[in-house]
Amino acid sequence: MSVLTIVQAINKALTEEMGKDDSIVLLGEDIGVNGGVFRATEGLYQSFGPNRVIDTPLAESGIIGVAMGMSLYGLKPVAEIQFLDFIYPAFDLIVNELAKFRYRTGGQYPTHIVIRAPCGGGIKGGMYHSQSSESYFIHTAGLKVVMPSNPYDAKGLLVASIRDADPVIFLEPKRLYRSVKGEVPEGSYTVPIGNASVVAKGEDVSVFTYGAMVHVALEAAKKADEKGISVEVIDLRTLSPLDFEAIVDSVRKTGRAVVVHEAPRTLGFGAEISALISEKAFLHLEAPVTRVTGYDTPFHYSLEEVYLPSVGKVLNAIEKTAGF
Amino acid sequence: MPTEMLQIVNEEGKSDSKLDPDLPQSELHKLYRTMVYTRAFDNRMIAMQRQGRMSFYAPCVGEEAAHIGSAYALKPEDWLFPQYREQGAMILRGISLEQLVSSLLGNRNDANKGRSFANAWGDRSLNIVHSSAPVGTQIPLAVGAAMAAKLRGDKTVTLAYFGDGATSSGYFHVALNFASVFKAPTIFFCKNNQYAVSVPIHRQLASKNVAVKAAAYGMEGVQVDGNDILAVYCVTKEAEERARSGGGPTLIEAITYRMGAHSTADDPTRYRRQEEVESWKKKDPIKRFRLYLENRGLWGEKEESDLWTEAENMVSEAVRRAEAAPLPTVESMFEDVYKEMSPALKEQLQDALTSRESR
Repeated sequence: MSVLTIVQAINKALTEEMGKDDSIVLLGEDIGVNGGVFRATEGLYQSFGPNRVIDTPLAESGIIGVAMGMSLYGLKPVAEIQFLDFIYPAFDLIVNELAKFRYRTGGQYPTHIVIRAPCGGGIKGGMYHSQSSESYFIHTAGLKVVMPSNPYDAKGLLVASIRDADPVIFLEPKRLYRSVKGEVPEGSYTVPIGNASVVAKGEDVSVFTYGAMVHVALEAAKKADEKGISVEVIDLRTLSPLDFEAIVDSVRKTGRAVVVHEAPRTLGFGAEISALISEKAFLHLEAPVTRVTGYDTPFHYSLEEVYLPSVGKVLNAIEKTAGF
Repeated sequence: MPTEMLQIVNEEGKSDSKLDPDLPQSELHKLYRTMVYTRAFDNRMIAMQRQGRMSFYAPCVGEEAAHIGSAYALKPEDWLFPQYREQGAMILRGISLEQLVSSLLGNRNDANKGRSFANAWGDRSLNIVHSSAPVGTQIPLAVGAAMAAKLRGDKTVTLAYFGDGATSSGYFHVALNFASVFKAPTIFFCKNNQYAVSVPIHRQLASKNVAVKAAAYGMEGVQVDGNDILAVYCVTKEAEERARSGGGPTLIEAITYRMGAHSTADDPTRYRRQEEVESWKKKDPIKRFRLYLENRGLWGEKEESDLWTEAENMVSEAVRRAEAAPLPTVESMFEDVYKEMSPALKEQLQDALTSRESR
């Protein structure tokens, strides 16, 4: 057991899995000689060579298209998109091909690539280095979407994603890469895809969130506790397929729910969770489900703090919901 | 730099003896049979659509030599990435006529479980990757599969089919660039049939032709008479040998003509003149290959009428069987989205089953 950052945990997962399974190859821009712009693939080029850690030309549609072709042939590619904001040239391939291959071929050609992409704000990256576009992928049948919030989950979920039979969009909140540390076991373990995690137990209000916002929610929960409100924080971890039992169980207990995410509000994941709660736990509700989200504007550069959900905003929402 | 289009057999069915690959009679007959089966299949599917027995169909009339000749140049272990207008390549590789019709009807016997509309054929056991409708997406996939084969140390070659319209898509550029950078054993086979639905070739590109584009990627580019099955076979064979021996990718431009409509939903009289169509009918690849066989004393009236009767009967039998099969089950609509059905899909399946009962 050692204390690692999230980026180190991701590096460990890749290193250990590649050591075990030579069908795993990495593709992306600057991931080889340079070790990735965030250093997630540091040392892998030296360990596994240029045939398995492939520096590609600068074309996201090429990275994803080629990774899919490799997967059809039997390899297990892990593709890195340098920033989630740059994934859109490959969007057609992801939603029309990757997501549908198993289905449209009657199960003959499953594709199981993992697409890793740093996501979210908090690093003063402006609108092209901060987006949270998970909803596009969650909305697409055939994709799995995962977002860890801590080093233990990052490694365990990435190992699970690589071993999964379906394509996985693995989103890495870049502001947490080095700011969150935690104990990570040596060797192989998995965190199952599709299971949420209760990261703080509470009785009065449930907060559903994921990624970097888990830490904001935990901080807000602590402050709420000082004011006498007991908050349960659920880290969803997997956004598709969603662990709706965990959500419903918590709401049945607390009767009050707040959803927090960085992504814009309209058709953000909070809308889905809110609808789900009203469908499955309406008679348990004591207050309307409240959303604390990014705004429906492009991600702002200098006013990033205004745009993003904050401890104060989440705390307000908790208090409002608790006092409804 | 390609300077001229390769032709071996001219419109009168005379071959250039220096270039003729001298295929054995049995192989020539196999190629011709596949062409005739393909034409018979096309004719019947168009008729079925007109009779309201099928929603949509995209025929390949006039393009048989281009895709059959190229598919024939490869080995069974080589991978095909079709566009959607390669019926003959499917038949040559061994997808049954009944499977082709079942897929078009989306019935329970369709190996793709009735999920894809029109011409989306493929078969894993035959190394054919199912085509899809978004134009050009198959081209980078073929490069990835070729790169994987190379990494594995296999001698597999991949071939991507696409039309002239696809050369305007980003996928064409990205795929050729990746393939040449990584020396992928891929053949890029452009069937230049002069039209992308209604838009003519001169609106797709301003370069001299498609083949010259290869130079910008540092690969070989070649133009071939796409209505001459032997010429198509020869240029593809050369590209296949280059790819298999580590020489990297090739871009082939087969000049052909879409003699029919883009699809049963298209009316080509809106955008092209009948005289143009008539002039290309004289270059019909099946007619030309028949003349070649006759000139060599390998074919006659009797063989011709027997083959057409056989092909039409085989297509009829395939249609009869395919039409007898029921629609897929409701359950199957929810399978294969993921390897395991998700909790949400299980709920939705129940909903679909209940709604069906209460209808």
